[in-house]
Amino acid sequence: MRNVQSTLLLSELSKTGRSSVQLPPLDVPEGAWAGQVPSGLLADRPPALPELAEGDVVRHFTNLSTLNMSVDTHFYPLGSCTMKYNPKRNERLASIPGMIDLHPMQPAQTIQGLLELMYQLQKDLAEISGLPGVSLQPAAGAHGELTALMVAAAWFRKKGEKRRQVLTLDSAHGTNPASAKMAGWDTVTVKSGPNGLADLDDLRSKISSDTAVLMITNPNTLGLFEKQIAKICQWVHEAGGLVYLDGANMNAILGIARPGDFGADMMHYNPHKTFSGPHGGGGPGAGPICVRDFLEPFLPAPVVAFRDGSYYLDSDRPLSIGRVRSFFGNTGVLVRAYCYIKTLGGPGLREASDVAVLNANYLLARLSELLQVPHGNRCMHEFVASASEVKKKRGVSAMDLAKRMLDFGFHAPTVYFPLTVPEALMMEPTETESKETLDAFVEAWRSILEEPAVRLHEAPHSTRVSRPDDVLAARQPRTRWTAF
Amino acid sequence: MSYLYATEADRRAMLEAIGVESIQQLIDDQVPKELQMNRPLDIAPGVGELELTRWMQRLASRNQGAESMVCFLGGGAYDHFIPAAVDQIAARGEWYTSYTPYQAEVSQGNLQAMFEYESLVCELTGMDVSNASVYEGATAAVEAALMCLSLDAKRRRVVVSEGLHPHTRQALQTYLQWIDGTLVVVPVHDGLTDIAGWEQAIDDKTACVLVSQPNYLGSLEPVDPLVASAKKAGAQVIAVVDPISLGVLKRPGDWGADLVVAEGQPLGNPLAYGGPYLGILACRDALVRRLPGRIAGQTEDRHGNRCWVLTLQTREQHIRREKATSNICTNQGLLALRATIYLSLQGPQGLRATALQCGEKGEYLKSRIRTSKRVELAWEAPTWRECVVRDRKGQVESLLAQLRDRGMLGGIPLADWDSKWRDCFLVAVTEKRTRQEIDALVDAIDQVS
Repeated sequence: MRNVQSTLLLSELSKTGRSSVQLPPLDVPEGAWAGQVPSGLLADRPPALPELAEGDVVRHFTNLSTLNMSVDTHFYPLGSCTMKYNPKRNERLASIPGMIDLHPMQPAQTIQGLLELMYQLQKDLAEISGLPGVSLQPAAGAHGELTALMVAAAWFRKKGEKRRQVLTLDSAHGTNPASAKMAGWDTVTVKSGPNGLADLDDLRSKISSDTAVLMITNPNTLGLFEKQIAKICQWVHEAGGLVYLDGANMNAILGIARPGDFGADMMHYNPHKTFSGPHGGGGPGAGPICVRDFLEPFLPAPVVAFRDGSYYLDSDRPLSIGRVRSFFGNTGVLVRAYCYIKTLGGPGLREASDVAVLNANYLLARLSELLQVPHGNRCMHEFVASASEVKKKRGVSAMDLAKRMLDFGFHAPTVYFPLTVPEALMMEPTETESKETLDAFVEAWRSILEEPAVRLHEAPHSTRVSRPDDVLAARQPRTRWTAF
Repeated sequence: MSYLYATEADRRAMLEAIGVESIQQLIDDQVPKELQMNRPLDIAPGVGELELTRWMQRLASRNQGAESMVCFLGGGAYDHFIPAAVDQIAARGEWYTSYTPYQAEVSQGNLQAMFEYESLVCELTGMDVSNASVYEGATAAVEAALMCLSLDAKRRRVVVSEGLHPHTRQALQTYLQWIDGTLVVVPVHDGLTDIAGWEQAIDDKTACVLVSQPNYLGSLEPVDPLVASAKKAGAQVIAVVDPISLGVLKRPGDWGADLVVAEGQPLGNPLAYGGPYLGILACRDALVRRLPGRIAGQTEDRHGNRCWVLTLQTREQHIRREKATSNICTNQGLLALRATIYLSLQGPQGLRATALQCGEKGEYLKSRIRTSKRVELAWEAPTWRECVVRDRKGQVESLLAQLRDRGMLGGIPLADWDSKWRDCFLVAVTEKRTRQEIDALVDAIDQVS
């Protein structure tokens, strides 16, 4: 069953004279507009877009979609990305009239239902994090990191303190140091110890009166809870600094532990991960942040507030860092998060984390018979295996194994991250997978690890393309079609 | 409980395989007891789909949006028509439940769609290269400015006009203050950037200028002199455009822009109270290694098949960490896909017709405003889709409230954005607005008290 049409480009499918769109006849006088525009501003020809029938477009994109693995079609244990089931009801409810058709500059009295929803979401996020100040504005996790770091900078500036450094872990997501840089800080890298947790000696030696913020992920990117987190936060606080929690792994601790309780001063959520928003082939996400009460005045304006029986957007925030984007936020993603929290409720959120931890530990227990897992036999919601022994013995890399896994109908784990584990294979099953699926996944590993090396070097074998040449792509970048 | 598979029997079998008695034991192994919550979350127990649906419909019934009101609001987000095929295609789970194409072999759909998006953006804007999206319009402008600031450490000024969307100006201000950047804002006179002020503001310390076409007041700027003074000073020119307008307006690449940014919402993306939207960011080849975010590129696989991968990744945070061009990771992939489908359906004639209808209907609105007793055009400047209206009585809030009572979202009070225009409001039309609706708006304006 070959779908040739899917792999042609829109430019190659185009035929002069085809079209899909018919507007209503113009019901106002024609020509008045062009008459008032200086002619030098007008295009001398229509834009060079492809010309296609509606059926062309539908068939093209429908066939293209079948070339993707997705949560709806495959087990997708991409570590750190929390590829859990995306409930259909949330898609529908975020798209009903009265939600999807609201203009961002409508006055508050016309959006009381939406503002109530956002107000409640702020409260729920504060409750889950143990941090009372909430901004729903940031557009993604990395944007939340940057926003919170600017909030911290504004707080230090208000206090008249000049601090220059942000500490990040060597196991952290690349966004942590990149966000610190954008907020104007110097970054200092803290090492991980052999147990996979922050190296306390190294960390302590790097905390100083110049430390503004420690950014830490907990559970960390190895899926381990930083057991000394309370002490770590205490050290940073004693030095006058703040602690930022990268909330990427909140799916492990909902209702179990709260960042505000273990010492974090600021954090972001990834609602598209923790609260089941779809990942959309790369996005959208959202990155709401929660902060301690003394940082709350510095949050971006506006925030949703309630007074005299109605909800409103509070923009009167003189200490605010200002805007970090246009309009209110990635509302559609936040509405889905709200629906998810409402569906699970407090007890359900806790159970989701419980089962995420159970699934990860089950997979860890079963896979550690086959693969080396360097950081112990227990984890939270994810763990990192290493292919370094396989590589040493047989010359088979983590990437070879990941590619072969695709032939078995499973998305690959995250490979080569975190950077602290050689030949890393990072696996996050999430709570929305069955024991049967996890068992089948283990059996796939068993088969793969017994296969001849050459079979793995050339994998995948069943996909339409195999091992694209990354070097060619980077050496002679072709990032758009040329002329049609 | 919703969405879980694990039965009691499953749980017992899994715990036994792990070698523990309970899930709590797994948690106790990791999380120190004193850091665990000693109470349940204070969030009500969950509800089923029917209850949730009723609850959401109840909340939605307390909102009045563009489906139930006639919408004349613009200001950066527009009520354009979205063809059914956009929604239907984008609703496929293979699109919206996949993620960043880290494994190219099982992401060729997303990668090819990204490549097609990038190609369409380049055709529309006249740029050489586009990334696969950033968050939305304002952050696209910020990222473009940061690219320019990275070119020369001595050039720290970013010059913009008051005609640049206020949210974009505010976002620039927020970002620049921490990295020794200076935002310089040149005033607008009669809806257009003050050319003398503009020339004066640009100097050899200017990294870039942002030229908004049309500007947020709806006016069409005479871009040539704005570009010329920037070029003379060696500053980069960032064009801030509306993608629909490029159906009729000259491409920014053809009037001298080095980078182009846009809010991509009008390309098939719903209003959704401000997001998720689509940040469009494209540039000339010379700047490609400074572009933030994902870029899909063409290559060949080991059998020689044409295919696509994420490329030039040494710009990105997961490789370069603090030396990356930006911190962006998650982008707006699904919105970029929707824009790609939208543009494929529109084609050259469709986009041109849509842009022309926006222009003509905007012009008709202006002609009706000129006949009104209550309001007038704030100034006579060439416009597209949107214009500024002044209330002679200076009672904009009350006027707009009375229009709402008549089922119309009549405009955005400019007092929200600039107190000197507190007697003005911004009115936008799209191809969806009819002559009848425009007539009804102006008639109502003249009838209310």
